[in-house]
Amino acid sequence: MKKTNLLLATLAATLFASTAFADVAVKLGVLNDRSGVYSDITGEGSVIAAQMAVEDFKPAEKGINVEIVSADHQNKPDIASNIARQWYDQDGVDVILDVPTSSTALAVSDITREKNKIFMNSGGGTSDLTGKACSPNTVHWTYDTWQLANGTGSAVVKDGGKKWFFVVADYAFGQALERDTSEVVKAAGGEVVGSVRHPFPGTDFSSFLLQAQSSGAEVIGFANAGGDTINSIKQAAEFGIVQGGQKLAGLLVFINDIKSLGLETAQGLYLSETFYWDLNDQTREWSARFEEKAGKKPNMVQAGVYASVLHYLKAVDELDSKDATQVMAKMKEMPTDDPLFGKGEIRKDGRKIHPAYLFRVKSPDQSKGEWDLYELVSTIPAEEAFRPLDQGGCSLVQ
Amino acid sequence: MIDLLGIPPQALFGQLLLGLINGAFYAILSLGLAIIFGLLNIINFAHGAQYMLGALVSWMLLNYLGINYWWALLLVPIIVGFTGVVLERVLISRLYHLDHLYGLLLTFGLALIIQGFARNYYGISGLPYTIPSQLAGGQNLGFMFLPNYRGWVVVASLAVCITTWFVIEKTKLGAYLRAATENPSLVGAFGINVPRMITLTYGFGVALAAFAGVLAAPIYSVNPNMGADLIIVVFAVVVIGGMGSILGSILTGFGLGLVEGLTRVFYPEGSAVVIFVIMALVLLVKPAGLFGRTA
Amino acid sequence: MSVVAEPNTMRLPEERTTGAMPGYHIAIFALLLGLALIAPFFLYPVFLMKVMCFALFACALNLLLGFGGLLSFGHAAFFGGAAYVSAHAAKVWGLTPEVAIILGTLSGALLGLVIGSFAIRRQGIYFAMVTLAFAQMVYFAALQMPFTGGEDGIQNVPRGDLFGVISLNSDMSLYFMVLAIVFGGLLAIYRIIHSPFGQVLKAIRENEPRAISLGYRVNNYKLTVFVLSAALAGLAGATKAIVFQLASLTDVHWSMSGEAVLMTLIGGMGTVFGPLVGAAIIVTMQNYLASLGAWVTIIQGFIFVIAVLLFREGVVGLIAKRLRRPL
Repeated sequence: MKKTNLLLATLAATLFASTAFADVAVKLGVLNDRSGVYSDITGEGSVIAAQMAVEDFKPAEKGINVEIVSADHQNKPDIASNIARQWYDQDGVDVILDVPTSSTALAVSDITREKNKIFMNSGGGTSDLTGKACSPNTVHWTYDTWQLANGTGSAVVKDGGKKWFFVVADYAFGQALERDTSEVVKAAGGEVVGSVRHPFPGTDFSSFLLQAQSSGAEVIGFANAGGDTINSIKQAAEFGIVQGGQKLAGLLVFINDIKSLGLETAQGLYLSETFYWDLNDQTREWSARFEEKAGKKPNMVQAGVYASVLHYLKAVDELDSKDATQVMAKMKEMPTDDPLFGKGEIRKDGRKIHPAYLFRVKSPDQSKGEWDLYELVSTIPAEEAFRPLDQGGCSLVQ
Repeated sequence: MIDLLGIPPQALFGQLLLGLINGAFYAILSLGLAIIFGLLNIINFAHGAQYMLGALVSWMLLNYLGINYWWALLLVPIIVGFTGVVLERVLISRLYHLDHLYGLLLTFGLALIIQGFARNYYGISGLPYTIPSQLAGGQNLGFMFLPNYRGWVVVASLAVCITTWFVIEKTKLGAYLRAATENPSLVGAFGINVPRMITLTYGFGVALAAFAGVLAAPIYSVNPNMGADLIIVVFAVVVIGGMGSILGSILTGFGLGLVEGLTRVFYPEGSAVVIFVIMALVLLVKPAGLFGRTA
Repeated sequence: MSVVAEPNTMRLPEERTTGAMPGYHIAIFALLLGLALIAPFFLYPVFLMKVMCFALFACALNLLLGFGGLLSFGHAAFFGGAAYVSAHAAKVWGLTPEVAIILGTLSGALLGLVIGSFAIRRQGIYFAMVTLAFAQMVYFAALQMPFTGGEDGIQNVPRGDLFGVISLNSDMSLYFMVLAIVFGGLLAIYRIIHSPFGQVLKAIRENEPRAISLGYRVNNYKLTVFVLSAALAGLAGATKAIVFQLASLTDVHWSMSGEAVLMTLIGGMGTVFGPLVGAAIIVTMQNYLASLGAWVTIIQGFIFVIAVLLFREGVVGLIAKRLRRPL
């Protein structure tokens, strides 16, 4: 993988050296989970998305040479920081992309700032990246915990689900998600009747579900991710929780999770995402091309990688330079515009702003195709979807 | 709905029942591990991967060949057990004269390989396997809603455990097995093919793991890591029960399921570690495990 | 109960019993030091520091496993526990790196004393299981205690100024500090192995009842070597936390213990230099094959299988056998 890219790049370089003025050579590093629980959500799909962005931008015509490398961080902050350090120090990587899981994202953000490079996160969740741990070198593109909590929490309360019970993965990310959502639920006039923390990762959730079932809550919120969410939802269906009249709300659910659960099990689940392949003609067109290459529809993380690469290349093209400080300034100054997230902006704290959507999972008879999984419940406009600039406690906002 | 004031007895009873269901998995898995350790003296670290393989193969049978759950319950243990036989013949049999450590390391390596391949070809987010229609739905027991399938898991695993125990402790074949455990060369001298018996025993232990995998497929998603998460706990179960003790591993499996169920009510975060606390205590007080013979 | 009662069949060339370091050992140490001194000018220093930290960790485990005959499946507890302590000391208390590392090492030793005093009462696989059980509890504590930061770990640990004077922010100055620590640790291990204490240990490993009947207080020896090994593992972990500016759950997870065993096995159990080679092989592989994703796991699995079947003595053990000299 690495080698072929390198070869292609050198080939391209020699080809264009004579014709165009190949004056800027940039190297993009896609750092994500290629073997663990998030490898289906990020993994090779994100690399494909980055490659598509490069193809669509046609950088060679504009005198930019782009090379893409990728690596597996196994969701461990130590491995992630190790690779990031080596990429920046040794391999000449200019931008690191994707980086799912909050702990690895925070680690890469620190190193990127130290080395003055650029980090465009798509897969990581923690809103701290643009809050108290914000960095002038970090852009947080796709989603974050605040947005998820806000999107799902307030919308579900508005929809009539006032009394909540949380099933929480017992680690920092799960607890943050629980905290943020509880606040949103209370602010929207709801009530939290209880919560239970399960070991992470867990396999059997039945006893936690039983506690949730007998709590008298109207909504059971799952503040966990990946396999834990899949298993909890699956087991909730088994214990007849939805038939018993309680609603389920997944606080971080990706389309791949729903695909793997199957509609029979997942129907009726509320979830919030910032991208869905079937939103409009542009997303459908791009997703069809993605599916051709990847064999599956893209999710919001992969869409975010595509869009962030596009925006980065635009900034480099404008400046004719890849100087990190200048490019960051340019990216924040230029409004963003791409086929997947529409028009938006990158705020001073690094937060990318775009609309978010509340979906409900379709029932099997509603679905018309393999990937026809969501029904759009409501759209949260860009200005309300993310945490207000002045509330994050980011030191860049003064 | 039950009024939750502290923990009412009904809710507790529900949790205990769930604990018993989990215990059913611990019991079958630790039983297989105990049998293998008893006769082969091998600590089969690949047991978790073989359990996963059981679930994966039943998914494959359903999706590629259209073979349903009930046939899978019969066929999968045979198929996966057969791979176990091959592994034993080709690799594991070379280690009998060595320290425990090497068997553990070899099977650890095998587990990495099996899980790695499953991950490469089937992804990680889990493959769905629906509950067979005969067992869909559930019973309202008053204190809880018990899915029929979970009830079936307890019944099926109890049946398998008791049968296995009976065969080993009460039949002639079992007597040979136990004798070969004590003194292989003497048993060999009576004209019994001990190496073949050892091979088949390993195959049987693996088949038990695969059986547990088939049982698990409809409840948990079929996921390459499903066994890796479980194996360390099952180890602890075997050690607590007394390594190599058949009855010990069955009783401890169910017992620890109950203990874990209780922990989930009183201190949910601790449910992952409680088994290890018990293991440390048991080893310090009763070194050979609760049911083991003192070495 | 067991089919076979044969003891460990691994036979290595016998060590000389007298104290002085044989000439070729001095030569190897000098060669290693020389290589380590020029290496950072050719290879990426952070990668080299990782190799060195893991080499020390594997050597610490080998002290217990190869020379004490005790398989610990819980050494991650000392490695990771010390990493957390030194990261916390450097970041929150603002201590200088050398003090943070010393505190980490001491915490490793203390943890070793507690766990060791329980574990040494049991033998063989039960010993391993007791250490595993305690290590799982340490992992649980690391997950639950507020100061460890859950799965985020303690991030952004300052590298600080050595003795409050020399800035370690440049990779080179840090490299030479790490080299000094690791090399010092290795010499200490060598000294321990070749001391009279080490000889008694070996006697216990070979035949414990005989050692008892000769009047040695076997348990005291076992506990001492356990604590020493834990302290050295702690030293490795504490140093790693400063180098990578991070202490995380990976460091305390049971698979970290497994990795140390793997390194020791590949390199050669019970050899002085084996774990160094094993650590170098494994770390290099993980580093350069990272882009292969799940294949790394598969390759690692195959290495385990091949190592167990074909060269149980490990790379260095094999060479030692050829040369008919202990390495």
